[in-house]
Amino acid sequence: MTDIKIRITDREGVVHEIDAPTDMNMNLMEVVRSYELAPEGTIGICGGMAMCASCQCYVKSDHELPEKSDDEEAMLAEAFNVAENSRLGCQIHLTEDLDGLEVELAPES
Amino acid sequence: MITTDILIIGAGPTGLFAVFEAGLLQLKCHLIDALPQAGGQCSEIYPKKPIYDIPGFPEVLAGDLVDNLMEQIKSFSPGFTLGERAQTIEKQENGSFIVTTNKGTKHQAPVVAIAGGLGSFEPRKPLLENLKKYEDNGIAYIIKDPEVYRDTKVLIAGGGDSALDWSIFLSDVASEVTLVHRRKEFRGALDSVEKVQSLKNQGKIRLITPGEVTALEGDKKLEAVTVRKNTTAVEDMRIQVDHFIPLFGLSPKLGPIADWELEIEKNAIKVNTFDYQTNVPGIYAIGDVNTYPGKLKLILCGFHEATLMCQSAYQRIHPDKKYVMKYTTVGGVIGFDGSKKEAPKAVVKAID
Repeated sequence: MTDIKIRITDREGVVHEIDAPTDMNMNLMEVVRSYELAPEGTIGICGGMAMCASCQCYVKSDHELPEKSDDEEAMLAEAFNVAENSRLGCQIHLTEDLDGLEVELAPES
Repeated sequence: MITTDILIIGAGPTGLFAVFEAGLLQLKCHLIDALPQAGGQCSEIYPKKPIYDIPGFPEVLAGDLVDNLMEQIKSFSPGFTLGERAQTIEKQENGSFIVTTNKGTKHQAPVVAIAGGLGSFEPRKPLLENLKKYEDNGIAYIIKDPEVYRDTKVLIAGGGDSALDWSIFLSDVASEVTLVHRRKEFRGALDSVEKVQSLKNQGKIRLITPGEVTALEGDKKLEAVTVRKNTTAVEDMRIQVDHFIPLFGLSPKLGPIADWELEIEKNAIKVNTFDYQTNVPGIYAIGDVNTYPGKLKLILCGFHEATLMCQSAYQRIHPDKKYVMKYTTVGGVIGFDGSKKEAPKAVVKAID
């Protein structure tokens, strides 16, 4: 199996059930961009270096995710609308373990 | 009025390299950028990150790339209007354009090249009630004149270099400096962190971590803020302040350029791939700010786009001149400052 299912709620509240590849070295932010679930220029601004928080999302399913790096922690500490389940999409690398993941995109800020 | 041949909006890598290509064609450039320094995202967001896909550089730090570009264009003496955002554009009867910044600086050129990246960097504002009411009335996002803070009570929020550096600087100017950050860890240069630690120990900076400003109050101007201290027992503290400076970094916004009657698609300016001209003849868009079928937002693509843009700009500025592209290995680089770089002549000498 190389594709997993992910449920993404966009910033307008619309739910998208999408297929995401696990064999293309992609992260969650890139999947959101590839399906254009948020307008270009409003997500992934720094390109995925955990330096802008434009890809912040709330993780709603109870998947075990990789620990936050220091960079991600620091960025989330300076972002807005941060909740307990906030993560940066660019730091969530897609693997088969994440099949069924449910996330919601945080508001643009 | 500042006049030039090509007015470049955005002093990131693409805008800087355009100066070089224009210079080879003896065209002068002037750059406008909202940030106080050149380099765009490379300087502002990730100066210490290595880039691996600049041709000829197996690895180069973004900040070093900017330094190199500045060195490369030095002899073409570009002008800079920094810390000002290009606001309006007016087409003149002679076909040239006048671009005015938010501070009123006017620039005139026959060609405008927008190399604006993702837009101009605007401060990220905290989500607080009545924030607007106190902007410029006790709240500022950018410190322009530190003397404004002399002998006043200042509260700074943020956890990066600018929050640390300004806390250190203002601890000598203001009567009281409070630094609030959502966590105990700061992301900044090690010596800044250590300096704040020592100023805290001396009682010169009051540190509240983990904490967050949650409310603002004051009649006409800001008089106090509420800081929620998020230790095991949550505690709300009311702190009297004259100034609150939120330093949560900058985020790029396309901004006024979006109103320049250029065709926009997906937050980017549509161009043709012949010379990267927009729907308005004489206005070009190069680098991350443009879009066309197959567009890739890469620095190396911006360099290519800048090069072709300059050829087209030359034709526009000198419609009657015939021109053939010259290699730098042949023509060298003749600067506007009188300098000349060229290949050393081969030695011709007989061998007995």
